[in-house]
Amino acid sequence: MININELTALEIGEKIKNKEITVLETVDAFISQIEKVDKDVNSFITVDKEEARKKALLIQEKIDSGEISGPLAGVPIAIKDNISTKGLLTTCASKILDGYIPTFSATVIDNIEKAGMITLGKTNMDEFAMGSTTETSHYGETKNPWNLNHVPGGSSGGSCTSVASGEAPVSLGSDTGGSIRQPSSFCGVTGIKPTYGTVSRYGLIAYGSSLDQIGPIGKDVKDAVSLLSVISSYDEKDSTSVKRDDYDFTKYLVDDVKGMKIGVPRDYFTDDMDTEVKEKIYSAIKALEEKGAIVEEFNLSLVPFAIPAYYVIASAEASSNLERFDGVKYGFRAEDYDDLHSMYKKTRSEGFGSEVKRRIMLGSFVLSSGYYDAYYLKALKVKALIKEAFDKAFAKYDVIIAPAAPTVAPKLGESLKDPMKMYLSDIYTISVNLCGLPGMSVPVGKSEGGLPIGMQIIANRWDEANMIKTAFAYESTGEYEKCQMLKGGEA
Amino acid sequence: MSKQYETVIGLEVHVELATKTKIFCGCSTEFGGAPNTHTCPVCTGQPGSLPVLNKQVVEYAMAIGVATNCDITPICKFDRKNYFYPDNPQNYQISQLYLPIAHDGYVEIEINGKKKKVRIHEMHMEEDAGKLIHDEWTNSSLVDYNRSGVPLVEIVSEPDMRNADEVMAYLEKLRLIIQYLGASDAKLHEGSMRADVNLSVREVGTEEFGTRTEMKNLNSFKAIARAIEGETKRQIELIEDGRKVVQETRRWDDNKESSHAMRSKEDAKDYRYFPEPDLVPISISKEWISEIKEKQPELREEKLARYKEEFEIPKYDAEILTGSKHLADIFEETTKLSGKPKKVSNWLMVEGLRLVKENNMEMEDIHFKPASLAIIIDLVDKGEINNQVAKEVFELVFKEDIDPEKYIEEKGLKSVNDTDELKKVVEEIIANNPKSVEDYHNGKEKAIGFLVGQTMKAMKGKANPGIVNKLLKELL
Amino acid sequence: MSNHISDETIEYVGILAQLDLNEEEKVKAKEDMEQMLEYIDTLNELDTEGIEPKTHISDTTNVFREDVVTNGDGSDDVLANAPLKKDEYLSVPKTIG
Repeated sequence: MININELTALEIGEKIKNKEITVLETVDAFISQIEKVDKDVNSFITVDKEEARKKALLIQEKIDSGEISGPLAGVPIAIKDNISTKGLLTTCASKILDGYIPTFSATVIDNIEKAGMITLGKTNMDEFAMGSTTETSHYGETKNPWNLNHVPGGSSGGSCTSVASGEAPVSLGSDTGGSIRQPSSFCGVTGIKPTYGTVSRYGLIAYGSSLDQIGPIGKDVKDAVSLLSVISSYDEKDSTSVKRDDYDFTKYLVDDVKGMKIGVPRDYFTDDMDTEVKEKIYSAIKALEEKGAIVEEFNLSLVPFAIPAYYVIASAEASSNLERFDGVKYGFRAEDYDDLHSMYKKTRSEGFGSEVKRRIMLGSFVLSSGYYDAYYLKALKVKALIKEAFDKAFAKYDVIIAPAAPTVAPKLGESLKDPMKMYLSDIYTISVNLCGLPGMSVPVGKSEGGLPIGMQIIANRWDEANMIKTAFAYESTGEYEKCQMLKGGEA
Repeated sequence: MSKQYETVIGLEVHVELATKTKIFCGCSTEFGGAPNTHTCPVCTGQPGSLPVLNKQVVEYAMAIGVATNCDITPICKFDRKNYFYPDNPQNYQISQLYLPIAHDGYVEIEINGKKKKVRIHEMHMEEDAGKLIHDEWTNSSLVDYNRSGVPLVEIVSEPDMRNADEVMAYLEKLRLIIQYLGASDAKLHEGSMRADVNLSVREVGTEEFGTRTEMKNLNSFKAIARAIEGETKRQIELIEDGRKVVQETRRWDDNKESSHAMRSKEDAKDYRYFPEPDLVPISISKEWISEIKEKQPELREEKLARYKEEFEIPKYDAEILTGSKHLADIFEETTKLSGKPKKVSNWLMVEGLRLVKENNMEMEDIHFKPASLAIIIDLVDKGEINNQVAKEVFELVFKEDIDPEKYIEEKGLKSVNDTDELKKVVEEIIANNPKSVEDYHNGKEKAIGFLVGQTMKAMKGKANPGIVNKLLKELL
Repeated sequence: MSNHISDETIEYVGILAQLDLNEEEKVKAKEDMEQMLEYIDTLNELDTEGIEPKTHISDTTNVFREDVVTNGDGSDDVLANAPLKKDEYLSVPKTIG
């Protein structure tokens, strides 16, 4: 008997098409896994069980009649809870969006529905995507399925754990400073942050508008890339959406890196990194070299400046993006206020968690009168310099290989004690967002303690092709340990 | 002996653009919808919604910029202006601070034959806020987002004006330019044009500006004039008393003819502007500007010159007619249909303006079919109706936009031109009024007027007065 | 110390951000902000003289909508999630005229 939960999304799609399994069977298999393990992992804020089962029958009909025929038709999917889903609770893991049911869906939701995919539910995350551990959620922390005493990473922690623990075949996350790539690395799954402008942000509840991108998470490169092809589109509703020539990225799933020029930044592989992480990535690079890639070390430069520039820009944008949560239009409104401003302040102070408030305060400060030039404008100039550094690198290399994080997943509770340390751990992922580059994390094995390690592949803007080729070629070497999904009660 | 003071005034004028849709979404800008019906996720600040710029807003703004002699910014951007208020659903307004679409322009005004330039500092595009209705019963305010996201331009002048007359002339000039461009109906009383007055006073002869205040809530030309007078007086009194003018925003209450400071602890006035990341920059090429220039319709001065040349109507009339784009349009269309500019002008200047005044209207409120006036003029010229009837019919055309021909037909108002029919009536009048007949024969020419009147009365006003006159003279 | 954040500053930023912090949170916020700003100040080690600030990463310009009405009556949707409404309006504590 086949275990549906262990199949990849493409395998599921294939078996549905061949009538080996039904859509409803598939949905039920994932729902039962959620019911079995989610009390331990806490991947989901909302599970849309009834609706998903209803949709399953509907989609089955459409597949049978030939109306839908894509490779992911009938495949269930988990959605990060900052992506608007019409009629389905969307909270950003914040109390302030308590009870908020969007009246419209994000463009990516329209896209997955057109492809015949079925939303299982909404996944847990750091509140408003601010955090790297999925511990700041109003709905409790999510745990790493490989070791429940460790964090899954974040902010798309729930999306990554849902895939890693067999609760969903694929999922959608969002990435503002590494929020797809870092938890993918910690959970042993594949996650892609596309070039800024590739996937519509319409309906994604904004954290840092100039940095946010939605991206796919899957068990392997093929799944993630297939899902990327589904969600990518030019969208007239998103002014920052850019029309690309082609949205079929699956054609780059080619096992060939002969002559591919790979740059390895010396200033990324420093002593601050875990040796285990470093070794695993080096051996992955070696595997690529053996396949014919040309590997060269180089100095990227400016590495330490990415984090401070990022925190100024992201916090500034966040402080403005989160102003709309005020108790007037949706979500939570505090009780017992005296007047308008006390209503605003009470609502926001009670509705936002401490990490969100910390970033709103910082963002409001750096934009305030007298500080704009010194902080905000300075950060935008540094961003320009960092972009130049990457432009220079991509003049020489097709892709850059980097860690996704300096360590494996830390223990629960460790990071929040020292936010500065948590911010510093984003060092390898943040520049990709500042420069709008595509980046992805692929599993390269596990630590001695049994925690997954990921490798990040970064390409130039619009060059998903080389990034995907490199990832697929590495995955084809089959040298890493395949993930194992969590089984209920085994923890 | 008191000192001599000079008032220094700059204006911030907001103009609602005449687009069909809002600036960042496809919602209608039409007035008068039920509350919150012209809304969508974008203009109500729903989480995850994103703005997309209406191209027409940019083109109207460019046209106004060009017509006010501004430099158009080759790469302009939007910025967010952050402040919490319930009429502002995102709690930030999308506006322009760092790179506004136009800057460094001027318009020329004329006061008592003397010309003066009022410089424009900059002009930017932004979104309007929603409406708040205050509900006294529940001590709450009710929010309607129908106006939220309606496109505005804000035109900021330099402090170049010195009195209310100059301010009026400047506003009138702007209003005409914008109306002629079709960029807005620019009605002050309906709020599609709003002006905030920045005012300070200084001793005559000093170079330095005094501390200025900003006056808001000015809904008419009269209110603006009164507010300037009131604020000038208030500031001079403060200075004479040895007190200081405080830089602040004040709200004018035109009923009380006084203002009060709009101050609150929460009003920090620190808007934390930063570039709007959800919108991309606007790149305005020279070609695009030329295109806008080519499309620029005839403006008021050009129209005025053309009227004098083409239609041979008095300067005063031409000024009134072109003083409202709407009135000028009615004039031109009627003239095109009837080919009689002088008569059209006469009707509009005499009967038209009388009705506007009597009904307390603005020129922009005139709504009748130019064809109707052309028909009336034609019927008078052909002698088919007399002037009295024509005026009566025009009034109904003006007020109710009736079909004049149908009305004349139905009411039987056509002049009787049949000489035989009239002859009978005239004979009867002569027979019944021997005294007047005698007077006439005794050289009292005026007596004939009485007889004409009697005939007209008998004919219920429908007789052709020319024919009646002629018949009377013959028969007497 | 170059980044001393005063109590007044925390108070002021709280007003801007419409956040009411309790005493404990204020102390924490001060520490956090001082620490973050100290870190952010490392940006000053970079000479950015003459560098154009990068607001938008993409070179795309002129993304427009045509002036055509595409949306209908949105009132039900606007009111659907409102914490407090009256008739067809959202309701808020009285604003000062």
